[in-house]
Amino acid sequence: MQNPSKLRPFFENIEFEENNGKMILNFGPQHPSAHGQLKLVLELDGEKVVRAMPEIGFMHRGVEKMAENMTFQEFLPVTDRVDYIASSANNYALCAAVEKLCDIEVPRRAQIIRTMLLELNRISSHLLFLATHALDVGAMTVFLYAFREREYILDLIEKYCGARLTHSSIKIGGVFLDLPSGWTEELLAFCNKFPSDIATYEGLLSENRIWRMRLEGVGVLSRENALSWGCSGVMLRASGVEFDIRKAEPYLVYDEIDFEVPYSNTGDCYARYKLYMEEMRQSVKILLQCEKLYNNSGPEILANSPQFVSASKEQIMTQNYSLMQHFVLVTQGLKAKRGEIYHPTESPKGELGFYIYSTAESSPYRLKIRAPSFFHCALYEELLVGQYVADVVTIIGSSNIILGEIDR
Amino acid sequence: MREYQDRKNAQKKHYYKDSFYVAEQTRKFDAQESEFSEDLKALNSENLEILDSYVELGQFVVYVKSSENLKALRIFKSLGYEVLSEISAVDFISQKGGFEVFYQLLSISNKKRARVKCFVKKAEMLKSVVEIYKSANWSEREMYDMFGIFIQNHPNLKRLIMPDDWHSHPLLKSYPLHGDEHARWYEVDKIFGREYREIIGPENRDSAKIDSKDTFNFGRIYHEVERGAKPRDEKILQEYQEDGGVAFVKRAKRGSSKILEKRP
Repeated sequence: MQNPSKLRPFFENIEFEENNGKMILNFGPQHPSAHGQLKLVLELDGEKVVRAMPEIGFMHRGVEKMAENMTFQEFLPVTDRVDYIASSANNYALCAAVEKLCDIEVPRRAQIIRTMLLELNRISSHLLFLATHALDVGAMTVFLYAFREREYILDLIEKYCGARLTHSSIKIGGVFLDLPSGWTEELLAFCNKFPSDIATYEGLLSENRIWRMRLEGVGVLSRENALSWGCSGVMLRASGVEFDIRKAEPYLVYDEIDFEVPYSNTGDCYARYKLYMEEMRQSVKILLQCEKLYNNSGPEILANSPQFVSASKEQIMTQNYSLMQHFVLVTQGLKAKRGEIYHPTESPKGELGFYIYSTAESSPYRLKIRAPSFFHCALYEELLVGQYVADVVTIIGSSNIILGEIDR
Repeated sequence: MREYQDRKNAQKKHYYKDSFYVAEQTRKFDAQESEFSEDLKALNSENLEILDSYVELGQFVVYVKSSENLKALRIFKSLGYEVLSEISAVDFISQKGGFEVFYQLLSISNKKRARVKCFVKKAEMLKSVVEIYKSANWSEREMYDMFGIFIQNHPNLKRLIMPDDWHSHPLLKSYPLHGDEHARWYEVDKIFGREYREIIGPENRDSAKIDSKDTFNFGRIYHEVERGAKPRDEKILQEYQEDGGVAFVKRAKRGSSKILEKRP
């Protein structure tokens, strides 16, 4: 036994704590597949996991507390940091909740631009998932290929809003800017090339013997468990539940667009991988249709709702009353209606919902972010039990969690 | 005179209040004339005491007594609400002496969402719903961690996000934005011990604080120096170079770098 003191601190890893021949293993936070923040304490019987105790909370930034002390507009750039690899999805989730609460009607062109951004974000998030998941399982080439294509998407987003990681490109009532000239041509160039890239990834992985042995039949999640643990997104769809918020409760222009949501019944890691690949194809399909819709839409990108949204720059610079309203909105923030709302959206990882309890102040009385990764991480307590240590890496990779979302 | 501090609400206040502002309210509809009428009927037939019910922004809201939360959720599950998407609370301690806890439910088969709400007094125990929905496991732990609401029969009720020995619950309205007195000393006490408090000083919990003289943590643009060196006043244009350097790395110059028009 160790005798810890001030000078000799207690090191968990120096001695294995043994009881009944079982070993306690601290998987992470240093393991690369643990994102540097997930501390996963495993109780092992030989190579088999008997008990899994995920521990989070190495990054708690108190995002919800910050939201209660900021105006809605101030809080918007903070949401970028929640799921930082698909930040527009968070921006949109907050904006959509506030817009629905305040009954703001967003113009069509803004809706189409938002859809484009969300789908680009979805592809870039799925690419990062594929890259890191493949790397965790041991495929280096896919990692490099996926990051190459991710660069093209980040270039597109950068060209639109100037940022690559934290976009803040969507604002309450619409979007800041229209698409720059030549942007849609670049988008089309990307959309034409990308399906062949997906085929490359699939050529490397789908029939690869090692890949299939590591993924097939690993981390099988039954339909009942997926529902009970509050899973969403691909985790839910791979377990045979046909539910996608874009189809079930359509928002933006998703109800006008023809796309399919892939499902699977096997519920293992391989099924999830296949769904992610298919979702990227569908996102390209959505983007191509959005480009057509964009060309046929009117020029407005901001809602006409003076109580909540500043007028356009032209109006502010020419109309005195618009300037006054803008001044009030900037200094005091918009005062949302009194009431409460829970608004779900389909982020790349699953159901991202914002619950807002508003007391008609310019900041929410209570704001709760329902992050999909939080529930997928809680699932480890049950999903990892009975699996082997090597499979733990596969399952963590396949559930596609982001610790920024879990800790908030 | 000592500065007055409102201990009940330590949150940021808005400096300006429009006394003539009349807030609009979201519209609430009777649940009986909506798509949720069947659900309401079923809830009534199970003689569950419903304190209030309405449809707000397309979602069914039901208020029940806090002792009947388990019963209410069981009925909702039998009505086809398979997923419990979220549990959390809203702090009303200073106004009403308790919390409003909500359970956000989703019915995938009927594409409907409902919210069960109950009021929990400050010292009251709330029954755990883990036996009905497993997703409640971590949500209830988080709620306990953030608000200090005790959950009865929870399989593993301990802090989830904050350290086990953390003092107080951060999402309470009485908890200051930058943490309380315990939070200022937590890391010093934990790592070095109480006796080092005077040597190290309290932790600065303002994440936005930037000290231009601090070259350990910040690199001022155009005023870069080595880590920890004295700050420099004159402006320099940093260019990559290595003394003695690697033989095959040429000195990179700003002017001679080539910018690609398009990705290959």
